[in-house]
Amino acid sequence: MLTKQRKNKLFGALTAITLGLSSLASGAMAESVLRVVPHSGLKILDPIWTTAYISRNHGYMIYDTLFALDTSGKIQPQMVDGVSRSSDGLTVTMTLREGLKWHDGADVTADDAVASINRWASKDAMGQKMMTFVDSLKAADSKTIVFNLNSPTGLIELALAKPSSNVPFMMPARIAATPSSEQISEYIGSGPFMMNMDEWEPGVKVVYEKFDDYVPRSEPTDGLAGAKIAKVDRVIWTPNRDIQQAINALNAGEVDLIESVPPDVLPLVEDAGQAYTARHSPSGLQYTFRFNVLHPPFDNPKVRQALLYAFNQEDFLEATMGNPDFYQTCKAMFVCGLPFETDAHMDGLLESNFAKAKELLAEAGYDGTPVTLMHSTNLPVLTNLAPVAKELMEAIGMNVDMQSMDWSTLVARRSKQDAPADGGWNAFATAWDAGDLFNPLAMAFLNSSCDTALFGWPCDEQIEKLRDDFARAGSFEEQKAIVEAIQARWVEYPTHIHLGQFYTPAALRNNVKGYLMGGVPVFWNIEKN
Amino acid sequence: MLFYILKRLLATVPVLLVVGVFIFLLLRLTPGDPAAMIAGDYATEDQIAAIKENLGLDKPLINQFFIWMSNIANGDLGESYFFKKQVTELIIARIEPTLSLSVVTIIFTIMIAIPMGIISAYKQGSWIDRVVMGFSVIGFSIPVFVIGFGLIYVFSLNLGWFPVQGYQRLEMGVFQWIRHLILPALALSVIFVAFIARMTRTSVLEVLGEDYVRTARAKGQTETKVLVNHALRNAAVPIITVIGFAFAILIGGVVVTESVFNIPGLGLLTVDAVLNRDFPTIQAVVLLFSFVYVLINLVIDICYTFLDPRIRY
Repeated sequence: MLTKQRKNKLFGALTAITLGLSSLASGAMAESVLRVVPHSGLKILDPIWTTAYISRNHGYMIYDTLFALDTSGKIQPQMVDGVSRSSDGLTVTMTLREGLKWHDGADVTADDAVASINRWASKDAMGQKMMTFVDSLKAADSKTIVFNLNSPTGLIELALAKPSSNVPFMMPARIAATPSSEQISEYIGSGPFMMNMDEWEPGVKVVYEKFDDYVPRSEPTDGLAGAKIAKVDRVIWTPNRDIQQAINALNAGEVDLIESVPPDVLPLVEDAGQAYTARHSPSGLQYTFRFNVLHPPFDNPKVRQALLYAFNQEDFLEATMGNPDFYQTCKAMFVCGLPFETDAHMDGLLESNFAKAKELLAEAGYDGTPVTLMHSTNLPVLTNLAPVAKELMEAIGMNVDMQSMDWSTLVARRSKQDAPADGGWNAFATAWDAGDLFNPLAMAFLNSSCDTALFGWPCDEQIEKLRDDFARAGSFEEQKAIVEAIQARWVEYPTHIHLGQFYTPAALRNNVKGYLMGGVPVFWNIEKN
Repeated sequence: MLFYILKRLLATVPVLLVVGVFIFLLLRLTPGDPAAMIAGDYATEDQIAAIKENLGLDKPLINQFFIWMSNIANGDLGESYFFKKQVTELIIARIEPTLSLSVVTIIFTIMIAIPMGIISAYKQGSWIDRVVMGFSVIGFSIPVFVIGFGLIYVFSLNLGWFPVQGYQRLEMGVFQWIRHLILPALALSVIFVAFIARMTRTSVLEVLGEDYVRTARAKGQTETKVLVNHALRNAAVPIITVIGFAFAILIGGVVVTESVFNIPGLGLLTVDAVLNRDFPTIQAVVLLFSFVYVLINLVIDICYTFLDPRIRY
């Protein structure tokens, strides 16, 4: 019979053993979870139906692409194993890699790719342009995709490597059969993560789990290309509308990564010493001033030209970002740091040469017609653009009626073709991700196809011809020459004005490594120690 | 009593109708177009028009209103334009955080404000009274988000006692649930404590001068029993009124606190819906808040009958 003392000792020992074993067991089973504060809440899960960047980022989590851009902007095969062209350049054949699977376990087939390309191309301007070269697109067998072209073009891979909205993500054929005018209702991809629909709380939380059957490429990770290796078991996105609170949560260890931190609050991250900053994009975003060419005064290209001389990028960037570490002036339309960067034909522009601007305005016969300038007030990254534009326009004698409104109102109003006095508009400023601007076909504001162009509706045959030539160009050198010609034509017929590049860094806790500079925020390759 | 309750419930119908008309018209007359927001940057006018037709936004306003009202009558609050989920589902998912925050705030408020008010009234003119009244003024003056950030700085970032942000559902454990609610509830309760403490003080002061209180003292009742059983009981009617009023305001006023503490409740849902012009969600939430407000008034009126036997319906 055990004494009371011995019973207590035995009980204590058993308790200690049990606790030790359970902590060992829980340690062995512990998942690594990356807790992310994205720049916005995820509402729309269909990255083909919407151009919203948060939906694009969601797309990169669960879908994969046939091609992708590496950090130097070069096109690399991703889901594709090989590409071959017929000698006349009219047949492009692609083979899918072996072993690719959907999240539901089914094999990825060429039929899936064909359906996905069709859906994407029916919505995306670059995809639409690509399809004008395509007589037929079909699956020759379960792994082979065949494009039969009416004219040789280098656009196929370029379009299918498009890094930003709308990205040509691959989906199962049954899902891709959804008309692009409707949203998909199933979210099955073949990407490195799967979405956990049971834990999804719209606008509140999105949970992604590592897809164990993902087959990464053998090449090293390089931008959006190469091996996509999920190094954490779960990624949880929880938006936070208050950046101060997000930073507090980061410093307290409640979150691991904040996707976008405005420069003015960065000292809060740096001073706490718990986190560091990193970039996901070498080129960041570009501010843009958009004209409405349907109504005076911007129906006159010379008036628009006057602004090319009146504006300077530094004023806009300083007013919005403040810290020069987070912005750069760049006269290249197609973004500094990307393959089609060039300053050709930009001499003297964007330097606030008011004398020259006034001269052009006088030549244009500007009669004081007010410029209705829409000013969005609730997106901090855009708020200060319109006031700077107003000041610079007034400096050369223009009459500016700046009207403040929230972004929703601006979005509604910019789609109207009515005269400004009847609820329309003359100009507004916005920002684009560099990935949306990397060539003349991706750059939506350059599209000058009149009524079918984006709001602003520029109408210029020469630009459209040059964009078509770009699509037909067979080599990078040819494309580069066309880009320079486009910039020359743009000086004569401005469709918009690029106001410089900026970026807002991500903040990561010190134990989180591997954030990629892929051009868009992606969460493979990230590990948490 | 039952008849009274039924009568009051029936009376909510015209109230909700008026609120419905108001919010319906207000949304459609406000600048902004949900179809344009849904369609995205590359949408043409034709595509936006197609979405409008899909959502029924191209119909005459009167038709849209009657369709909405008849759906409500059938229990269908509509589908969110953006989340593509039934609004009912969205509300159900978000109601627990808001309700939890509101209930915990009211509990804190009652636990702090009523004793403060009673003590202040009992010690009228003393330094305790002055401190309570001073706190009352400060409580009205400081915005909720300032109090919130102050509490976070001290108790989360420095002491590490409470989380900085977020909400833990009750089903995940009571301890973490309450731990996530303490700071936001405290922040939110300050203004209500200030208000209710002041109200309690005033009501109790009025009652303390009454004959029956003097009689209770003369009969040898302890001061505690005089205060609680006699003074507070008789001062309770206006206090309960104010608590009910505060609760109703709280339901609708948690937006700032939910934003600061990142609590995924109805407040944040409403803000997002407004910014995106998600008409079905905004309309449903406003109707819900109106109904809750009417219901709380009814509950308060019923409470009167328990506090004051002279009140009968």
